[in-house]
Amino acid sequence: MKKLDFEKPIVELYDKISQLKELSKEGGMSLEDDIAKIEKRAELLKKDIYSQLSPLQVMQISRHPNRPDTLSLCQLIFDHFMELHGDRAFKDDPAIVGGIATLKKHRVMVIGHQKGHDTKENIYRNFGMPNPEGYRKALRLMKMAEKFSIPIVTFIDTPGAFPGIEAEERGQAEAIARNLREMTGLTVPVVSFVIGEGGSGGALGIGVSNKLYMLEYGVYSVISPEGCASILFRDAKESERAAKSLKITAKDIVDLGIADGIVKEPVGGAHYSWQDTADAIKKVIQKDLNAYKKTTDSELFVEERYQKFRQMGIFSE
Amino acid sequence: MSILDWFSQKDKSSVVTEKLNIPGNLWIKCTKCAEVLFLKDLDLNHKVCPNCQFHFRITPEERLKYIFDFDSFQEMDAHLKPIDFLKFEDTEKYVDRIKKAQAKTQKNDAVVTGTARLKKQDVNVGIMDFAFLGGSMGSVVGEKISRLIELGVENKNPVIIFTSSGGARMQEGIMSLMQMAKTSAALHKLAKVNVPYISVLCDPTTGGTSASFAMLGDVNLAEPGALVSFAGPRVIEQTIRQKLPDGFQRSEFLLSHGMVDRVVQRKDMRETLSRIVAILSPVACEL
Ligand SMILES: [Zn+2]
Repeated sequence: MKKLDFEKPIVELYDKISQLKELSKEGGMSLEDDIAKIEKRAELLKKDIYSQLSPLQVMQISRHPNRPDTLSLCQLIFDHFMELHGDRAFKDDPAIVGGIATLKKHRVMVIGHQKGHDTKENIYRNFGMPNPEGYRKALRLMKMAEKFSIPIVTFIDTPGAFPGIEAEERGQAEAIARNLREMTGLTVPVVSFVIGEGGSGGALGIGVSNKLYMLEYGVYSVISPEGCASILFRDAKESERAAKSLKITAKDIVDLGIADGIVKEPVGGAHYSWQDTADAIKKVIQKDLNAYKKTTDSELFVEERYQKFRQMGIFSE
Repeated sequence: MSILDWFSQKDKSSVVTEKLNIPGNLWIKCTKCAEVLFLKDLDLNHKVCPNCQFHFRITPEERLKYIFDFDSFQEMDAHLKPIDFLKFEDTEKYVDRIKKAQAKTQKNDAVVTGTARLKKQDVNVGIMDFAFLGGSMGSVVGEKISRLIELGVENKNPVIIFTSSGGARMQEGIMSLMQMAKTSAALHKLAKVNVPYISVLCDPTTGGTSASFAMLGDVNLAEPGALVSFAGPRVIEQTIRQKLPDGFQRSEFLLSHGMVDRVVQRKDMRETLSRIVAILSPVACEL
């Protein structure tokens, strides 16, 4: 697994521990005490490092290549998930996936950005950067969900909508804008999770929801820290400062009233245990869907969503 | 996002427009054809080059003067002011950027909203000001646009918004992104009560503004030659590493790709808008 720079001291300690274990097994020496000591140190170090990550380091975790992706989470969370393809206008965009599923007694429409875990997968998935047809597929599935009164769950994980010639020709801006407007009016509840990277309008395009949750090491930002650094700070190396200024971490997003809660990840990040991560998300989905099931007036879902976004903004009057 | 183009290029025509506002400067060179123009003539021609039809960027006040009935504009929400709630500091503090922009434009933020009359028809109007921090959308812009649209829901008069914006205002972080959802949500309410919304895309309209209320008109109009895009040309060039074709992301390109209904010369805007409003508006009007 790819190791991030700040993880190296931890990895080194764990390497040492396994070496000592080998030694004690082979040589018959009793190193138990030493091993226990180092293990304790490693735990403390781990806690220490992960409790004071800089926003840019959190961002690195959110982009970790081994982080669980939407399709894998679908398999781990839902009882049955069946992928559905295509926007019925141009093509099937592999950077946004969706499908129907069940979760205990609930029916669910799941939609999410899809990244890959290696170069080959990422090229196929366009690094999770959708084209307009991805947003149009998402909208088609959301409208279907509305038609059959199925709650919607979305997983957000994208660096942003794809900046390309064809994307512009086919109306990237229009596709996202339409989703923002149409999601507002959905008469079914929408629950969204930022499972990794919440990159700007490309993230929001499937994120106009009744409830929004941040995974602990997920980030949500109007622009990437790198992009912000090169524009505002005139220096790409300033992304550390930009990341800090933009307030992109889960806690920031909750504090600003944008997200409703944080889903805890395994120590070190979701990539250390997909199953634990999926279980944590599943719990939240179940809790919310149980609560929403009691609502009989579907217009209340629309009104709740409208009021939520309507009050976002800080200004003086 | 494409506000990058504004920051790093310091666009030619905005520099020209700034010059245009200096009194005593009688002559100006056209940005596009380099023809030397007498300022007074240019003004009479709605700030469009008589030689090559280049549309200079104009202020909200000029737009009101050129398009709406004389003295009919009643501004609202002018008192809304931006706050530096993230204590954002890049090469300059956000508070200082705000102060400078306010001094330069004599406005509190990047959009002017209110009611006006268009050939005697009541309309709700919003006009963005690119001279204010690149017309970027932060909390104030999002709020004023949303209130304008909600006024349309209430008074049933058509909503017309002229966009000119580099996108979301980075200095307000995630909150600026959410203004995209907020304004689009308001448009959903407007659509439900069948009140027309006409979006007029002016140079430039990119990023978070194009990917929200700007592209959602029942009718989308565009001024000739306006840059209208999601991603800015520089971002695309950096991503795909090839030169972009001439006219890429300009109004005429959008017209041919089905993204706008019409490209309208500035001199024809009043007539075009008033006819659209008269035909679409639920409030019956004499043609
Ligand atoms: Zn000219």
